[in-house]
Amino acid sequence: MRFSHSVHATALAAAIATFACSPASAQKKYDSGATDTEIKIGNIMPYSGPASAYGVIGKTEQAYFNKINAEGGINGRKINFISYDDAYSPPKAVEQARKLVESDNVLLIFNSLGTPSNSAIEKYMNAKRVPQLFVATGASKWNDPKNFPWTMGWQPSYQTEAHIYADYVLKEKPAGKIAVLFQNDDFGKDYVKGLKDALGPKASMIVAEESYETSEPSIDDHMVKLKTAGADIFISVTTPKFAAQAIKRASEIDWHPLQIVVNVSSSVGAVMMPAGFENSQGILSANYSKDAGDPQWADDPGMKKFVEFLAQYYPDGNKLDAATVFGYGAAQTLVAVLKQCGDDLTRDNVMRQAASLKDFQPDTLLPGIRINTSPTDYAPIKELQMMRFKGAKWDLFGDVMNGELTH
Amino acid sequence: MELFTNQILAGISTGAIYACLALAVVMIYQAIDHLNFAQGEMAMFSTFISWQLMQWGLNYWVAFVLTIALSFAGGIAIERVLFKPLAKAPILTNVAGFIALYSIINSSAGLIWDFTIKQYPTPFGSAPFLGSQLISTHQAGMIGVTLLLLLALYFFFQYTRVGLAMRAAASLPESARLVGINTSWMIALGWGMAAAIGAIAGILIAPVVFLEPNMMLGTLIYGFAAAVLGGLTSPFGAVIGGFLVGIFENLAGTYIPYAGNELKLPIALALIVSILVVKPAGLFGRHIVKRV
Amino acid sequence: MSAVEDVATQTAAVEAVPKRAMTLGTGTSLVVLTLLLVVPMFVKNFIIFQMTMLLIYGVAVLALNILTGGSGQFSLGQSAFYAIGAYTSAILMEQYDVNYALTLPVAGLVCFGAGFLFGQPALRLSGVYLALATFALATAMPQLLKLGYFEKWTGGVQGLVVTKPDAPFGLHMSQDVWLYYFTLVITVAIYVFSVNLLRSRSGRAFMAIRDNEIAASAMGVNVALYKTLAFGVSAGITGVAGGLGAIAVQFVAPDSYTIQFAIALFLGMVVGGVGWLPGSFIGSAFIIFVPNIAEGISKGLSGAVFGVLLFLVIFLLPHGARQIAIVGQQLLGRLRR
Repeated sequence: MRFSHSVHATALAAAIATFACSPASAQKKYDSGATDTEIKIGNIMPYSGPASAYGVIGKTEQAYFNKINAEGGINGRKINFISYDDAYSPPKAVEQARKLVESDNVLLIFNSLGTPSNSAIEKYMNAKRVPQLFVATGASKWNDPKNFPWTMGWQPSYQTEAHIYADYVLKEKPAGKIAVLFQNDDFGKDYVKGLKDALGPKASMIVAEESYETSEPSIDDHMVKLKTAGADIFISVTTPKFAAQAIKRASEIDWHPLQIVVNVSSSVGAVMMPAGFENSQGILSANYSKDAGDPQWADDPGMKKFVEFLAQYYPDGNKLDAATVFGYGAAQTLVAVLKQCGDDLTRDNVMRQAASLKDFQPDTLLPGIRINTSPTDYAPIKELQMMRFKGAKWDLFGDVMNGELTH
Repeated sequence: MELFTNQILAGISTGAIYACLALAVVMIYQAIDHLNFAQGEMAMFSTFISWQLMQWGLNYWVAFVLTIALSFAGGIAIERVLFKPLAKAPILTNVAGFIALYSIINSSAGLIWDFTIKQYPTPFGSAPFLGSQLISTHQAGMIGVTLLLLLALYFFFQYTRVGLAMRAAASLPESARLVGINTSWMIALGWGMAAAIGAIAGILIAPVVFLEPNMMLGTLIYGFAAAVLGGLTSPFGAVIGGFLVGIFENLAGTYIPYAGNELKLPIALALIVSILVVKPAGLFGRHIVKRV
Repeated sequence: MSAVEDVATQTAAVEAVPKRAMTLGTGTSLVVLTLLLVVPMFVKNFIIFQMTMLLIYGVAVLALNILTGGSGQFSLGQSAFYAIGAYTSAILMEQYDVNYALTLPVAGLVCFGAGFLFGQPALRLSGVYLALATFALATAMPQLLKLGYFEKWTGGVQGLVVTKPDAPFGLHMSQDVWLYYFTLVITVAIYVFSVNLLRSRSGRAFMAIRDNEIAASAMGVNVALYKTLAFGVSAGITGVAGGLGAIAVQFVAPDSYTIQFAIALFLGMVVGGVGWLPGSFIGSAFIIFVPNIAEGISKGLSGAVFGVLLFLVIFLLPHGARQIAIVGQQLLGRLRR
């Protein structure tokens, strides 16, 4: 392929040039986007369009990097965070990725959001050998270092989370009947696959499966069908708006199954509150981050730092919005990786350091959950803890679980 | 059988949402002979305004009335400022204008109130209606208000001078001008009324779907479909159309095997298109005779 | 009780554009073509990629121009045909190893068929009703593409990754540059074809239908045939654009072809000037670059800024970029004297 020839030629030339340099300057190694004073980081987020609620993540990260810069930067270098809008459209994501890599010359692309957008740019990023680091989606496909060595996820994969729910159901309600409501896209389908894989021979517990489109105004009729199927366990693989609608509707039609909502919709401020606390009692979910609305973390040093950060650098941000917690955690992980790179800010080294995180814990992760990666393990966070909604907050229970298939 | 009746009832309750919005759509169509894409966004913005007024401490009904008044004025203002200059421009340019308006309103709402969902109160409560668990008191209230609105519109168009003038201006503008009707202001009035009706629709819909800038995304398509099905010249048709669309959709989703659930919207729309092919003016619309 | 619509005195839904004014003059065309040929030598690969997308979207808008500006039928559903073309190319390339160039005629033919078929029920609809029907088609397409039944071909919600072709015959060109020239050749071919189509007898039939359908049918024009033909041709061209799009972006997914895209193509047609074929490319530039400009001005309000810019354009140029061309031509005419 013509492409790789030119890349190899450039690499060879660069290697020769490096060896020809004096030992002192050979210690500082840069790829485009990194200099003595600056590190350029690219990012793609849906600031407009149907997924614009997630734009808060990008804004939180911008604020976090402002804080790091105010405190002196990373090893003396300031972060230049360039974030573009893709309106959740894959062709636009491709355009923005190319712009970041070829026009803005960023060192890496960090926390780009959305499975379709990331799928669209994955091949390009790997062909160009630019890190596509800590992508903001839980699809299981991002843990594939053999085929895509430049792409790495961050949050626990949807399938991992689904395994945990399936295991819980098998243990606590082995004779139950499950109804699943899922969003008809990669997010929803990944969860359903995870559930069925983990239930294994007992997948027949699922008596009803309803998919919905984000263009539907309300999911009321799906809820009716699920109730009519006679299920007593309801797994809600939904995004915040629809999760809230489902909770409310279940209550209205007098259906009180054991309800499990997925992690992305477990935000107190964005889901439980609009749905009504009285309707949300006893709902289960799982989390890997601390909930800023939970008084048990009021004196937690990590959460205190997070709340102070929001107050000072992103006052418009709502600490109850899980997106801010997410952005903070991911950004902190990136800063740790870049710090670990020292003066060797080549893309190779960035990936190498990202693939060698040992027991790293951002301020916002639950105690007991650590980030670990290796050259064959590109899943930084693999664990979650289950929680039950009581009163106006989530109560964690049980052990931190790691969602590996046990059969 | 139980599932069938359940789905019909559920269809009626979602249909009420579509019927509401369809009324606003028909209203604007009566005034300007076009479908305004930004109708849903205007309704959403009005609902946010009423929410904000309530956040600032106003009582629900005061906020309601104030919002209707503001929306009416806003609709007229938008027409005078943005669309009157385009009156002589081709129709397609006007449609582009609607799309631009959609973009502006949606984006502004997102910036002012952000994209997380907000709870919106209902004066009707959320208890089961008449013991039925499928229709809550709110949804019954929604149907009631829609029917009231329908009645009011009927009286307005049939029995008031202004209503008659508006109908005249919409169907035969040249002749209307000849009899002294200020067609330009009729259009502005139409916009104002459509905005006001849209506001009511939004306020009724928000408790069910939750308030957020993208709340009208899916609903608008159904609203259009309902209006077209019922006949764009008939408010009564719009309401019936709304209920029919809601029911069609649910039955299609439940009974068409295999793909029915995933293709609810396309199937509903396909049905409507088929009906249009047979009855081009919709179920209750006035049959248009084209004369060369 | 029926209402009477006076067609003769009513303004036509789509205004007539004089045939002469439908294209650029020969001189201007040559200048533009030379520019398009030469520019890639001076700019980075990324800009070349954007220019390729400009040509591709331009072709899609051109197709819409033939349908709406030429035959007077509204369509908000072009994204559906674009999607069919894109997926046809992607599936043929990835599942059946067909050469990328050969997938384009297939995409075009498949979409021609789809368009022709869609045109049949659409015959009885016009104006806002046709708009709604095409709108329905556009919203249906992503959902059809996600259907589990087709998943083994379409990749379902995950979509398909498409391999980018290399320059053939060992030419020393980057993939982007080669793809650009390849697209340019196809674009010019389609443009020339479209101009000739509109100048031909079929084109005159289209325009007669656009201006006054009843009169046209009274004059013996086979309205049904030409209306469906217009849909077919327009869909076919959009399908080719879709195929090129799939190759350029290297990825197809249901989320890429939503109603937002159909609306963008519509806007591109209006901004460029309905019925003015060269305007398709100006419109395409508008829909690619103006959102970027809007984002540059304000990330939080990018939609609002876009809306404002759009309003500015339609206030200043209600008939689209064609007005600038007319003014330009008048100036040139005055200069010559």
